Amino acid sequence: MRAEPGPAYTVTFDGAQVAVLPGQTVAAALWSAGVTAWRTTRGTGEPRGVFCGIGVCFDCLVTVNGRPNQRACLVRAEPGDDIRTQHGTGHEHVVGGEER
Amino acid sequence: MSRSPHEGADGGTACPSLAVIGAGPAGLAAALAAAVRGSRVTLIDAGAQAGGQFYRQPAEELGARRPQALHHQWRTWERLRDGLAAQIAAGRVTHLTDHHVWCVERLEETSGFLVHALHGPAQEEPSVVRADAVVLATGAYEKVLPFPGWTLPGVITAGGAQAMLKGGLVLQGRTAVVAGTGPLLLPVAAGLAAAGAEVAALVESAGAQGVARHARTFAVHPDKLVEGAGYVAELMRRRVRLKARHAVVEAQGDGALEAVSVAALDRDGRVVPGSEHVIACDTLAVGHGLLPHTDLAETLGCRLEGTAVAADDEQRTDVHGVWAAGEATGVGGAALSLAEGHIAGCSAAARLAGREPDPRAWEAAAKSRAKTRKFSTSLDAAFAPRAHWAEQVTDDTVVCRCEDVPASAIREAVGELGATDARTVKLLTRAGMGWCQGRMCGPAVAGLTGCEPVPSRRPFARPVPLGVLARAGEDLPDE
Amino acid sequence: MVGAACALYAARAGHSVALVDRGAVAGGTTGAGEGNLLVSDKEPGPELELALLSSRLWSELTAEPGAAEAVEFEAKGGVVVASSAEGLAALEKFAVEQRHAGVDARAVTADELYDLEPELAPGMPGGVHYPQDAQVMPTLAAAHLVRLARAAGARLLTGAPVTEVLRSADGSVRGVRTGRGEIHAPAVVNAAGTWGGELAALAGVRLPVLPRRGFVLVTEPLPRLVRHKVYAADYVADVASDSAALQTSPVVEGTAAGPVLIGASRERVGFDRTFSLPVVRSLAAGAARLFPFLESVRVMRSYLGFRPYMPDHLPAIGPDARVPGLFHACGHEGAGIGLATGTGHLIAGALGGAGPDPALAPFRPDRFPEEAS
Repeated sequence: MRAEPGPAYTVTFDGAQVAVLPGQTVAAALWSAGVTAWRTTRGTGEPRGVFCGIGVCFDCLVTVNGRPNQRACLVRAEPGDDIRTQHGTGHEHVVGGEER
Repeated sequence: MSRSPHEGADGGTACPSLAVIGAGPAGLAAALAAAVRGSRVTLIDAGAQAGGQFYRQPAEELGARRPQALHHQWRTWERLRDGLAAQIAAGRVTHLTDHHVWCVERLEETSGFLVHALHGPAQEEPSVVRADAVVLATGAYEKVLPFPGWTLPGVITAGGAQAMLKGGLVLQGRTAVVAGTGPLLLPVAAGLAAAGAEVAALVESAGAQGVARHARTFAVHPDKLVEGAGYVAELMRRRVRLKARHAVVEAQGDGALEAVSVAALDRDGRVVPGSEHVIACDTLAVGHGLLPHTDLAETLGCRLEGTAVAADDEQRTDVHGVWAAGEATGVGGAALSLAEGHIAGCSAAARLAGREPDPRAWEAAAKSRAKTRKFSTSLDAAFAPRAHWAEQVTDDTVVCRCEDVPASAIREAVGELGATDARTVKLLTRAGMGWCQGRMCGPAVAGLTGCEPVPSRRPFARPVPLGVLARAGEDLPDE
Repeated sequence: MVGAACALYAARAGHSVALVDRGAVAGGTTGAGEGNLLVSDKEPGPELELALLSSRLWSELTAEPGAAEAVEFEAKGGVVVASSAEGLAALEKFAVEQRHAGVDARAVTADELYDLEPELAPGMPGGVHYPQDAQVMPTLAAAHLVRLARAAGARLLTGAPVTEVLRSADGSVRGVRTGRGEIHAPAVVNAAGTWGGELAALAGVRLPVLPRRGFVLVTEPLPRLVRHKVYAADYVADVASDSAALQTSPVVEGTAAGPVLIGASRERVGFDRTFSLPVVRSLAAGAARLFPFLESVRVMRSYLGFRPYMPDHLPAIGPDARVPGLFHACGHEGAGIGLATGTGHLIAGALGGAGPDPALAPFRPDRFPEEAS
């Protein structure tokens, strides 16, 4: 599939720089960077990434700019986004924007 | 967030308002038909662009040069797209993109409806649309039956693989296996191959003969036959192995998918002992058919038939002022959705204007609807998920992906506690209580319980911030 | 739940027991409950005494090996919050009366309140802490009691609606006819909850059980940010109200599984299962007033159930003088999970026929005047 996207920008995933094409979702950006898992389940701690790809299954939950439980397959990656692997409920470290 | 903004309807009684929920083929057809016939339409959709899952468009910023390479029926899409642009320009359609509807509320006192949606990047900004009538064109999502290893990263739904490809122009990994059953697998395999993935195998649990048995129905749909044959030719050209009457029985890997185990099936859908073989891959795209989104309809009190919204010849539900069209009323593909949407739009526009609609006005669409329904019924028969899939579900296989509920817990609820329905199993095991509200595990839980899959009640079609809920519908302008 | 407890205590007392349900275990109001084992919301009187007895029995049951985990038992305690100085004074007065009746009710200052519940909205003057309040997961609890009852010899028959209460020539009951055959027994216990009035009618007697609808909101899973069962002082008044109109007062609690549960609405609208956005909107608003952090937390689902409401807010427990052999154990309104153990214990005693139990007098099923028809 040929494309002529706008200029790429970067976001960070767990602190590492990731290049993003304008318009890509967080999931698409992470896939492009070879990342397929960015969450662990709160029961057994299994890794998860995209499953349904259309916002129904909630497997691809991720923390973006401190906000947990964003669906990576729906949320657009914006320049400078701080994307982090999410563990458990996603609320363990951040509540109401305050570090606990 | 202290006030809910209200969009779309802006008062005035001269022009009745219609909210169309979903901008896939059915919703687009409904919105266009109603707008042309005098309704003021608000088209509310979760996507950044119209098209739904079927005509999912790459993000505009990606500057795709030939998006039609990933689509068929491109001319139909162009017609819908241009029609929508014209109606928007004429002020007859308001298109709300990135609006995720969580509830449609029927107003008891003033009549009419409030469509409650969330928008914005984090889906937390409230938006309320007031309308005199509603068309539900909420589409479908993919059904996947579990097997050991299906929670490994790298295992995705067939539709998910297609959505990521169409919308983000991305692939995961290099080597893919496409598996499950249904007409969706062919275009997914072809799309992945065209995008540069090595498709190691297309594994279809239905037998080639089973599909051929319905050749007579296929024969009256030469376009469908050609479409299918085109995919097959494309896959053969790329030397993709087609394995009919086979199934993926296990996904293997340490933290991520590394290989799948594929087995032959006998005529009853049971694994042929000793036939298992391993195919290395880093992507498995798997699907077992589609399920309608019925949450909004059910909360409104609409009657369901099995897993779909019941609708009459005019696409009306049994709730006054609510129409339903497309996959929500039964999965049947884009052509059926277009026909149903068109009929719903015509009927709604007439009734909103106080006229009894004349079915002759949509005669062609009604013919197309009858023909495509027949075709989809035969497809359903040919591509029913294989019987005995549960035999490969080991006790430690996770069934509910959200709540980490293993098959053993469900079997215990059934075997030891006498549960005979999915609701009791849910209460006893938490299967279906998580983020997805049982959309992913519902068919599997029903199968393991031995009951018919019935959609569970979901008053909220998607999670809604409590603060938004606390103020939903407050401060509505008087009409 | 109440039926399971009756079966358990009766079987353990040596009776031959058949536990019959028209649907599945916990298929009625139990499956829609929050699993409260409360003493805090009860004023001194027979219901509070039953609650204290039940609380002791729940402690015994959950002390059995594996039981606490099986039913997700949590002795988390309750906290009732006042929003004004006058409200606090009334609350403390109520607590004094409860203490006299044997309840562990501790008045807490504002500072102590925020130690108990750090995420509470600022500005609350204080409240009362009830360490005896506890919670179980109701469906699991019912399933566990059924398991114990079967271990004690009881037989379980699900999917078997009772279509007739069989009577002898002298009027006494001799069993029931179900969709799955007849069961013969000299005693029939009506533990049909909200549907207890219909079952009583099959035996030819009137029992005024009415459905009182309640909605519950369930949030996304969270770490333990709400530690107790927390509710506003006006909850007690709502519970005691006789009005059919809608009342909502915030009741917020975290659960072992993660989600926060939010109640409680009460309205008498028959068995109407229609979702009501105005009701859950009011629940959400009340919860956010108690715990502002919930504003941004997502609500995943809502469900509703029908509490078995009695005109005088007391359950019907014990033998029915009008029909020999007929016993009732229903009408516990929103407290059936908590009161199940005490009810089962009293029913087992009454089945033993050891003469009239004074503890049952306030719950006499035939206490309601017959309506002239």
